[in-house]
Amino acid sequence: MIFDVFKAAAVLFLAVLIQFSFFDVYTPFGGTANLVLVTLIAISLLRGSIFGAFAGFCAGFLLDTANLGTLGFTSLLLTLAGFWTGRYGETTARDRFHAPYTSVAVITLLYGIGTLALDFFIGQPTPAGPYLSGLPATVLLNLILAWPVYGLARRLFPPADALDRVHEVRLLG
Amino acid sequence: MVGLVVLSLALLTVSYRSTALDPIEGAAASALRPFQIAANRVAAPFRDAADWTHGLFNAKTQNRKLTAEIELLRRENAKLKGAADENALLHKELRYTQGPSFPKDYTEVGARVLTSPSALDQSVTISAGRDQGIALDDVVVTNEGLVGTVSKVVGTESRVTLITDPSSAVRAVDLQDLSAVGMLDHGSGANALILDRVGKDKPQVGYGDTIITAGSAAGPLASIFPRNIPVGFVSSVNQTDTDVYQDIQVQPFVDLSSLESVLVLIPKQRPAHATR
Repeated sequence: MIFDVFKAAAVLFLAVLIQFSFFDVYTPFGGTANLVLVTLIAISLLRGSIFGAFAGFCAGFLLDTANLGTLGFTSLLLTLAGFWTGRYGETTARDRFHAPYTSVAVITLLYGIGTLALDFFIGQPTPAGPYLSGLPATVLLNLILAWPVYGLARRLFPPADALDRVHEVRLLG
Repeated sequence: MVGLVVLSLALLTVSYRSTALDPIEGAAASALRPFQIAANRVAAPFRDAADWTHGLFNAKTQNRKLTAEIELLRRENAKLKGAADENALLHKELRYTQGPSFPKDYTEVGARVLTSPSALDQSVTISAGRDQGIALDDVVVTNEGLVGTVSKVVGTESRVTLITDPSSAVRAVDLQDLSAVGMLDHGSGANALILDRVGKDKPQVGYGDTIITAGSAAGPLASIFPRNIPVGFVSSVNQTDTDVYQDIQVQPFVDLSSLESVLVLIPKQRPAHATR
């Protein structure tokens, strides 16, 4: 468990740096790939709701700090994203091939709408029109990222039951 | 989970309503800065490769356009040089007083851009802060034109709100028709601006006109933007029968989505009310 925490911290830290230095620069069709969100979803699916919520909080805090933004803003959204994805992973998503893609699509949409809503609540002027028109492109870009990111996450955080599985069978007699 | 949500809400409330968390945020941001700079350096070749490929496809068209533009600017420059000399002479004779102007009344502090703006957050973080003499509302530019203003300052970093942010507005004027003064607000598209409040009686505003900051006279209510900073060019002009003002779209000179470094303008004489 403790190794998982370190691994998740390192992976999310790296994701935040790549997000700032590369993905935020490009906005094809008005959308921006969100590597941090996709990475968080992959980790939460594999490690559950509590782990996901905590990872989301830390990743959000890091993003807000690096942006000199309003502390707690992204933490709140990513905590909820991590928790809900984790719950989905623990319940209906078990062993489902489509689980990472469904989660990425749904959570990206909810995250986008949540960001707009939170901006609205704290009275931040927000260009909702261009953002919403770019949201489908963001979902598509995140779905493209989901395949390699989830594959990598599965290697780093193998499902708990996979470790207990019998890997070799010796035939007796 | 509930604890984390409550903690997030508490952070959000304190951070939004006061500056109590700024020192913590500043310290954390400073600790993060070397990693951000390193990541930017590693990503630079990949970004360059992507930009190079994009540029290759547009090179021919751009070359033709720029050659024509150089010819036009050469003629315009010759005309403006004469006008500038005459202007200086008239200023002297009339003892004309005006607010600070760019660039003579400012010193520049160069800074690296550490983050990129997103669709919802039109701001960037830069690697210079209070320790370098930067204060709130200082104007930020590049060699190409206006970028925005400083909206948050900590020890060695600052947050810059771009001119494309909905909370940003700049008093600007058409260089080709100095009576066409308006308010430059964020536009509907990404990286687009609208020059608002220009009446229909200014038909001289046309496609390609250069828009610069208008500045204002000195005093406690002076514009924070000095005069003469290039902002962008007019990309379209429309007007409807029902609207009182013209609909002037402006394309910024600076590509605000991929800033690498900026210059913060520090007034040589900072007004007493502005030092915070």
